[in-house]
Amino acid sequence: MSPAAALPQTGYNFAYLDEGTKRMIRRAILKAVAVPGYQVPFAAREMPMPYGWGTGGVQVTAAILGASDVLKVIDQGADDTTNAVSIRRFFGRTAGVATTTRTAEATVIQTRHRIPETPLTEGQILVYQVPIPEPLRFLEPRETETRQLHALAEYGLMHVKLYEDIARHGHIATTYAYPVEVAGRYVMDPSPTPKFDNPKMDDCPALQLFGAGREKRIYAVPPHTRVRSLDFEDHPFRVQRFERPCALCGAEDVYLDEVVLDDAGGRMFVCSDTDHCETRRDAIAHGESA
Amino acid sequence: MYVAVKGGEAAIDNAHRLLAQARRGDPAVPELDVAQIREQMGLLVDRVMTEGSLYDPDLAALALKQARGDVVEAVFLVRAYRTTLPRFGAALPVETGAMAVARRISATFKDMPGGQVLGPTFDYTHRLIDFALAAGGDPEPAAEAEPDSDAGQCPRVTDILGAAGLLETSPPEDGAPVGDLTREPVDYPADRALRLQALARGDEGFVLALGYSTQRGYGRTHPFVGEIRFGKVGIEFVPEELGFPVPLGAAALTECQMVNQFHGSGAVPPQFTRGYGLVFGQSERKAMAMALVDRSLRAAELGEAIVSPAQDQEFVLAHCDSLQATGFVEHLKLPHYVDFQAELELVRRLRAEHAALHEKVETPIREAAE
Repeated sequence: MSPAAALPQTGYNFAYLDEGTKRMIRRAILKAVAVPGYQVPFAAREMPMPYGWGTGGVQVTAAILGASDVLKVIDQGADDTTNAVSIRRFFGRTAGVATTTRTAEATVIQTRHRIPETPLTEGQILVYQVPIPEPLRFLEPRETETRQLHALAEYGLMHVKLYEDIARHGHIATTYAYPVEVAGRYVMDPSPTPKFDNPKMDDCPALQLFGAGREKRIYAVPPHTRVRSLDFEDHPFRVQRFERPCALCGAEDVYLDEVVLDDAGGRMFVCSDTDHCETRRDAIAHGESA
Repeated sequence: MYVAVKGGEAAIDNAHRLLAQARRGDPAVPELDVAQIREQMGLLVDRVMTEGSLYDPDLAALALKQARGDVVEAVFLVRAYRTTLPRFGAALPVETGAMAVARRISATFKDMPGGQVLGPTFDYTHRLIDFALAAGGDPEPAAEAEPDSDAGQCPRVTDILGAAGLLETSPPEDGAPVGDLTREPVDYPADRALRLQALARGDEGFVLALGYSTQRGYGRTHPFVGEIRFGKVGIEFVPEELGFPVPLGAAALTECQMVNQFHGSGAVPPQFTRGYGLVFGQSERKAMAMALVDRSLRAAELGEAIVSPAQDQEFVLAHCDSLQATGFVEHLKLPHYVDFQAELELVRRLRAEHAALHEKVETPIREAAE
């Protein structure tokens, strides 16, 4: 990042939000950490980017960011997608914090739709952008009802939905935003990450925070918390498997993007996590030259 | 060989420069200034102030200029600016009964104290494109009104009806602080003050369509326009250190009092009920639609069955905000290829299983498969 872009923009508080708002958000975060998986209402502000484009994640990041933090922002696993670039710049400009694309170097990672492939470590915080925080929303549109269902831990609706998937398709047809049970209590929406990433949430050493700006909710998974993907004994939870490794770095057991090469059916599969892919390719290049 | 796409940053910068150029349009045509927009696109400015929840005509005009005339985008700019403003207190409730009316009409009484004042209105104009306007020129001056014995005496029609007990009265002021949906998340069920806040800043088109739906049988309320008034009202504020109200200025408002079918019970004799609309500037369409929806949203309070969208507060409040709606609809243009890949993988697997099944069982049990 160039030094000019890192200068804080004048006229706004550190990381844009005023301190009163940050305190309000931190209180919501603390409550969320204390009650894992529970959706804490918070007074989301109108941000200078549109609802649905990460305003919840941006507010959580703004509230937890300190001057010495190193921020990484990804969208679809990539650091260079336009919205990730836009949000990283926003904090570069309003907070002047150091930014990175290296998962291992970041203290705060804001993400949309992926969990990095590089395992997270203690002290790191992963901030998810969440469009619809309520896992039961598409089964019951009313907030007054869903809050009651959570209070009573009445998750029969969700199990029926998953069962109906199996009856209809032979498989659970939820491939992303796959519901999880947190610390044996609340059913939670992991945000629209592919279910491939669900196992990474379980017993994760990093703190996971979820911000939904439009819906005004914050929730959390504290470090080393049990996160179980819902399933049935005879239909255990399974993640997607790709038939081939990444065409660029050769990685297996990672999530791949399908890239259409031509209009004659040409396809290639490459890592969705750009940092992971580059790190591996660097290592291979060094290994070969050494 | 495929190379991962880079250069998002440069592309964004270039797109923004292109946007600025498109906003300016043909440089041979003189540039609009903010005062022109404020004065000559006044109703548009009013709408941006209303949905932006900020009374500042110059700022709204500038936002419209920056937004290339896109109302929702201009509302967005105003709202994002509004969140950064410090709050030093709340004004006293405005006294619309003391409004200096520029327009005031009632559909329920032919005449009443203060009379019917048409004021500046599109009503009764023939919507014929005025080709002469393209050439510009000053309009013919309007006639000055004769001073009238009623001048300055313009009680609200609802107060006249209310005095006779025919109309429900406002609940007495209980002194409790009014909620603010921009500072606290809405907790359903929301009270009427919060609902009115949401409707006031709600998208005009959405609120209009909902109001319209109540007239077509989706939560019918039998409305009459008790009164619509537009004009300036004084804004007063009580500074803690002074303890008495001081004027802060004036704001132009449109107020609509809708009178709706009666309601009564064993304890209360039948009386008309009310729906209320209040917006910045002159927007009768929005104020009227808001009053219709306000009345419909009182269904639970008045013991009416909730069967229509306009009566359902979670439906109305969660969807009336143009910024929330546009943000979430338009976020679909953000990349979703990770999720789409997950769906692709499943569809391919299901199709493979489907094909395998049909190879195995040639023709029978087609019915069972349906």
